[in-house]
Amino acid sequence: MRVSVQAEPFDFGAECADFGRGGRDVGAVVSFLGVVRDDSGALKRMEVEHYPGMTERAITEIAEEARRRWDLADLLVIHRHGALLPGEPIMMVATAARHRAAAFEAAEFLMDYLKSRAPFWKKETGTDGSRWVAARDEDEDALARW
Amino acid sequence: MITVLYFAWVRERIGLPRERIESSAKTVAELVEELKAREERYAAAFADLKALRVALDQELADFTAPLAGVREIAFFPPMTGG
Repeated sequence: MRVSVQAEPFDFGAECADFGRGGRDVGAVVSFLGVVRDDSGALKRMEVEHYPGMTERAITEIAEEARRRWDLADLLVIHRHGALLPGEPIMMVATAARHRAAAFEAAEFLMDYLKSRAPFWKKETGTDGSRWVAARDEDEDALARW
Repeated sequence: MITVLYFAWVRERIGLPRERIESSAKTVAELVEELKAREERYAAAFADLKALRVALDQELADFTAPLAGVREIAFFPPMTGG
């Protein structure tokens, strides 16, 4: 299991190629890549602020909960902070398990919890100024299914 | 002494990322009242507690939580990771 909170870019392809390799009990690998989206067509950059210390701790707790719930061979979470451009990778999750159901479900669980329980805040700067991205009720509601 | 941290728009509204304060508050809610009474910028940041979250020593907590033994308290808006 690896959790990384970093300002540096990561190579999604290289991370996926390495992940779960060599595990003879692995029959399924699921990966998810989150990308900075430009909804308005005027986004210049996105600043991701976080709470150093708590961020790593919160993600590790979420990851450990996923390992308790599903029989996972491996798990990877990378989340960036700092200034990002539209189209840039912002975060990724990968899960490896014997069967696909566990790998898919654990990846979705991780994504749902990272959205609203890991201390990150996004600020978008466009041609018309800056604004903090508001949390969505749907993201909070998504936790109820787990 | 307790370390108080502010993130995102709470940090911007108050105008600083962290401070060390002396407080006799017994709960988070009491500390919030002390801060609001200080200056307008605190009152503005803490105007709507439903729009805020709090963490005690880096664990999410409630505004009713006691402060005994707490070294670090953080105030921030709902998180938007992922």
